[in-house]
Amino acid sequence: MKFSRRRVRAVLVKEMRDFRHNGNVIYAMAILPLIFLVQPLIQVFTLSSRAAVPLHHEHALLYMLAIPALVPAALASYSIVGERLQGTLEPILTTPISREELLLGKTLAAFLPSVIVAYVVFGIYIGAVELFAHAGVASALIHGSDVLAQLVFTPLLALWSIWVGIAISTRSSDPRNASQLSILATLPTVAITSLIAFNVIVPSPRVALAFGVALLVLIRLGGRFAAALFDRERLVSRIS
Amino acid sequence: MVHVTPDRDGPALTVDRLSKRFGDRVAFDELSFEVARGEVFGFLGPNGAGKTTTVRTLSTLLAPTSGTAHVAGLALTPDNGARIRSRIAVMPESPGLYMKLTVRENLACFADLYEIADTPARIAQALRAVKLEDRVNDMCGALSKGLRQRVALARALLSDPEVLFLDEPTSGLDPVAARDVHELIDDLRRRFVTVFLTTHRLGEAERLCDRVAILNTTLRSVGRPDELRDQLFARTLTVTTLAPLGEPQRVFGDLPAVESWQISGDSSYRLAISDANVAAPAVTRALVAAGADVLSITESRHSLEDVYLELVDHDAEAGAR
Repeated sequence: MKFSRRRVRAVLVKEMRDFRHNGNVIYAMAILPLIFLVQPLIQVFTLSSRAAVPLHHEHALLYMLAIPALVPAALASYSIVGERLQGTLEPILTTPISREELLLGKTLAAFLPSVIVAYVVFGIYIGAVELFAHAGVASALIHGSDVLAQLVFTPLLALWSIWVGIAISTRSSDPRNASQLSILATLPTVAITSLIAFNVIVPSPRVALAFGVALLVLIRLGGRFAAALFDRERLVSRIS
Repeated sequence: MVHVTPDRDGPALTVDRLSKRFGDRVAFDELSFEVARGEVFGFLGPNGAGKTTTVRTLSTLLAPTSGTAHVAGLALTPDNGARIRSRIAVMPESPGLYMKLTVRENLACFADLYEIADTPARIAQALRAVKLEDRVNDMCGALSKGLRQRVALARALLSDPEVLFLDEPTSGLDPVAARDVHELIDDLRRRFVTVFLTTHRLGEAERLCDRVAILNTTLRSVGRPDELRDQLFARTLTVTTLAPLGEPQRVFGDLPAVESWQISGDSSYRLAISDANVAAPAVTRALVAAGADVLSITESRHSLEDVYLELVDHDAEAGAR
């Protein structure tokens, strides 16, 4: 049967409606970005212009790439195991939806809110620094290249994390385990962005390119891996 | 790519020596049967007999280990999975609703998954069929179990399926809710929907199904409930008189459709018969002619439950030996 955008949209809309009513999901989406926003802002607001001078040579903003790495992992890890727990997986799988349509719908449902949250938090952070930090702090902290990196790598990291989360979710029978494992599995990418943010790995266009290519390869492989793990028979025979 | 011409005139389901194994464990073995279009077909069996696995296999969720089947005119192959699923609907034992969504949101999601045209009208139609129009904006989590079952049935009706698989639709329902589901299945029969019904409730199967299959890993019997009764149990008339007959052989010995007789009590006789419509009037006339005071002449009735227990107990005894 032909690939159907309507079926993908059905899954996406259903997931969004489900998120809206699911306190745990909202909590998972909100708590981490809030921590990543509030605590650094407090530090920045107390920073004097002179103390901010060393920041010219650092890329502290890149730590925010942890948001698109961690938030979608938590969402995606619930995607399949959650359906199984609710008993809704079998009814979904008995419709004409294909594996690709279902996984794409699930991916978009985790991708869109995660990326939006990551961009919004980043925007709030930049805006707050520009408006309320001491003079000179904003120019020391905010580099055009870091903003560009944030814009480019946010969707890539989110996609990679989602594939990891979905792959773990298809193999898991407990959502808490799935969530913890997914977050653990995305820690290496968080570690790399942190090392760049704190100048342990010196960022350069070449490093950015290598990181980008590596992520694209991982996304492609991860997508195939998650799709291969999504086996109707195995999922269904574990339902009862 | 192989193009398959669907057979819309043939049976709704054709199953030929179909088996499913999980490793060494046999879920069901060598099943062969047909279900006609518009038929309500009961699938009975004890726990672990393979009923749900059969439904999951025929609905393309599980691949058969061996054998062939045609579902809604299409061969049961991996290539046809999505096409078969677009022609059938399955209501699993657990309703499987999104509890934090409303009835309408649940149905709208599935209407889109089936790519149904004019979704609002179809949702209204499905809800009308299950008498739930007034609950369309209720959260599914707030509904009783019986109402959730009705929503699940409405969901299954949305796509106007050629074959509807109902897996234990009344499991866990109170008698009133179960009766409502029975009425809905009766309504489906009137609309010529093919229904494949798995159930533990033998009275339900007897009342609703045109034919039943009794499964215990292998298929033990298929037929109309009355056919199965006749296959397994001899038809008998029980005659009770006020006083013992003087010469019962003279009364019962040469009557049409009476194959044999035996004394079953002081003034009670059991007659093996081939046709009650012929035997009963002849027995009555013979008793009157013999001057007997007749208290009762009754045809012994075996229920589908008797048939089921006979077959399943026989399997249990064979397994114990």
